[in-house]
Amino acid sequence: MASYKAPLRDMRFVLFELMGGDDLASLPGYEEFTRDLIDPVLEEAAKVCEEVLHPLNRSGDEEGCTFENGVVRTPKGFIEAYKTFRDGGWTSIACDPAYGGQGLPKSVNTLVEEMICSANLSFGMYPGLSHGAYVSLHGYGSDELKDAYLPKMVDGTWSGTMCLTEPHCGTDLGLLRTKAVPQDDGSYKITGTKIFISAGEHDLTENIIHLVLARLPDAPKGVKGISLFLVPKFMPDSDGNPGPRNGVACGSIEHKMGIKASSTCVMNFDDATGWLIGQPHKGMQAMFAMMNTERLSVGIQGLGLAEASYQGAVTYARERIQGRSLTGVKHPDKAADPIIVHPDVRRMLLTQRAYVEGCRALGAWAARALDLQKHHTDPAVQEENEEFVALITPVIKALMTDLGFEATNLGVQVFGGHGFIREHGMEQYVRDCRIAQIYEGTNGVQALDLVGRKLPAKAGRNLRRFFHPVAEYIETHVEDDTMGEFVQPLAKAFVRLQQATAQVARAGMANPDEAGAAATDYLRLFGLTALAYLWARMVEVSLPKVGGADDSDGFYTAKVNTARFYMERVLPQTNGLFAQIMAGGKSIMAFDEAAF
Amino acid sequence: MKALVAIKRVVDYNVKIRVKADQSGVETANVKYSANPFDEIAVEEAVRLKEAGVVSEVVAVSVGPAAAQETLRTALAIGADRAILVQTDDEVQPLAVAKILKHLAEAETPDLVILGKQAIDDDSNQTGQMLAALLGWAQGTFASKVVVEGGKVLVTREIDGGLETVALTLPAVVTTDLRLNEPRYASLPNIMKAKKKPLTVVPVAETGVDVAPRLTTLKVEEPAKRSAGVKVADVAALVDKLKNEAKVI
Repeated sequence: MASYKAPLRDMRFVLFELMGGDDLASLPGYEEFTRDLIDPVLEEAAKVCEEVLHPLNRSGDEEGCTFENGVVRTPKGFIEAYKTFRDGGWTSIACDPAYGGQGLPKSVNTLVEEMICSANLSFGMYPGLSHGAYVSLHGYGSDELKDAYLPKMVDGTWSGTMCLTEPHCGTDLGLLRTKAVPQDDGSYKITGTKIFISAGEHDLTENIIHLVLARLPDAPKGVKGISLFLVPKFMPDSDGNPGPRNGVACGSIEHKMGIKASSTCVMNFDDATGWLIGQPHKGMQAMFAMMNTERLSVGIQGLGLAEASYQGAVTYARERIQGRSLTGVKHPDKAADPIIVHPDVRRMLLTQRAYVEGCRALGAWAARALDLQKHHTDPAVQEENEEFVALITPVIKALMTDLGFEATNLGVQVFGGHGFIREHGMEQYVRDCRIAQIYEGTNGVQALDLVGRKLPAKAGRNLRRFFHPVAEYIETHVEDDTMGEFVQPLAKAFVRLQQATAQVARAGMANPDEAGAAATDYLRLFGLTALAYLWARMVEVSLPKVGGADDSDGFYTAKVNTARFYMERVLPQTNGLFAQIMAGGKSIMAFDEAAF
Repeated sequence: MKALVAIKRVVDYNVKIRVKADQSGVETANVKYSANPFDEIAVEEAVRLKEAGVVSEVVAVSVGPAAAQETLRTALAIGADRAILVQTDDEVQPLAVAKILKHLAEAETPDLVILGKQAIDDDSNQTGQMLAALLGWAQGTFASKVVVEGGKVLVTREIDGGLETVALTLPAVVTTDLRLNEPRYASLPNIMKAKKKPLTVVPVAETGVDVAPRLTTLKVEEPAKRSAGVKVADVAALVDKLKNEAKVI
């Protein structure tokens, strides 16, 4: 099986050198997070991910979860690994210190999340879902509910879920039917069936806290009539310990393409006791608080899997000897040359690498914006960053999972037949990545969110949070002798993005199907341009260090060379995307439905 | 009782060691450093003794550059109470380290000094023994089990052909072998607490120890690369090569 080593060198580069993370400690609430604390945190996270979580990745995939008499068992080793993870305090890293959390900056937490996703995505689902439930409850729950449930969810004694989807409604939650009937004591009786509930039932924690979307009897139709409820698996007794079983049970688990060690459950609620979170009929608001956090996390899943696949592919390409270099023998001492001499293999490795390092920077940019949004003292700075996060969230979710899928697929290709068989774990990364393009809003829905909601929002103010810094950067650096080589391709892609934006806005105004037909191509064009901007900035940081004392391991040289590959061999994709967008949606929508 | 634990900052065991171009040593620029694994075991053992109520205070000490503070913080995150760094940027050889530790032991008066049996950078395996000799204390080296009872420490040692248990009168010096324990993962709250625990930095000059190297490194080389093998036609050719080329028979 491929081994995994957390890419701490690149993570530090992105956090400190590219994003200037040394200033995090100047934000109120983050005073403790100086580099001398962040470094050991990252190192210990790396150790736990490499030594505890990763060894269970393939065995967990092979074994999967089992379901018997309403009980779900996670694969061998997961209970012990979860204990180590929980004892280490990793369930609480990004949580509010008032409830026992560690209050780590998002900029650091995002890097830890990436390591968990690389090491064992299925495992990461359990604490990940708990965190989603934590975000909604923390943001919208009453103090009474928060005091009763958050401390144990934060320390990982209890886990959480988000119960949204029903058999007949996924993307369109307005159709949902689960009902909630008010009781005299202020609680509610919840009845209905939820499907695709990750971590809905398992054996890692003593209690599971479900956050459930349901309708009150007087609810208006559609999404404006949905409320959010907290439904524990076991009702806490007066001491706060799990008491009698509540009316919620797992009906079955799904058999899936990937993330097989994560239990995906059908949950049946039968007069289960629950409590309202937030206001009646305002459940979607509380749910979206969770959803936006989760969408960024899902983007990081794509990145994490791509990194793991890249590491496996590089190792294999160096070791596997097969054939000779096209330009003459490179390793005469061996029976054949290692396949890393071949242009096509190098193309695949560099594509993976350019995607991974670009996406890591993009994730770090959004994470930093979230830190500034929540902790900066100037309300104007907070608002700017909030607007940027709103804009970039669908891009991160869709782009990073699409590129993650492409990268993991390339990883299989580098291995050839040995990638297709299960032994080396390379095909698992592809299967595990596939769901990331689907859940938390399919990538098609992300593209619609970008085009339909985020571009027009606030009369285009969100969009300016990206366009202005990029335009300014191009103007400052395009004439620069050394940077010009990198900034000119960025400038060209940016012009295409500006023109495509105008086209999508114009055509979409007249005919929304035009915007819908362009959305996916537009999001990718947007995302690749964002990566080009970040690659240019990474070059700017790296160039002065190339060949110097800090470059003795070749880190900065490789960074600049990867940027060159990205600009020359990846960014031209924007040409094709631009042409597709400008061609309009006629050929899509004019096609006779009966002819499909 | 008090335990003093020595911990060394070394090139991480995952790093592929490269020799400097001028053969004066190994490449240390941009290389990952971490705590010597044997010393981590020593820290873990001391912390376990504290958790068992045997030891009341664990003091972690290191000799090295300012960056060794990071290494001491990892000891504090595992559970040491406070730390002392004797700071120097110069090379310090085992005898000098042993003399510095002796100086610290006299000031701190621990009942137990626990060290790794060797550091994975120079593999000297000398400091613990030298320290015991300088202090005139009992020593239990290569410990795979440590039990403190009745004013003595029972150290089970891994020796050729089996295990030997020695009873040492306290104070004593113990050096740890790989199988003594498996160091824990530091928890996030403890990493954060470690930052606030006291860490004293003492310039090496203040110890009064002459750390000038007694040994000189002439040259550092990588092991010779193994050249490709050859196929021999028959047994006679093999015997001929073994006799005349390899000169082993």
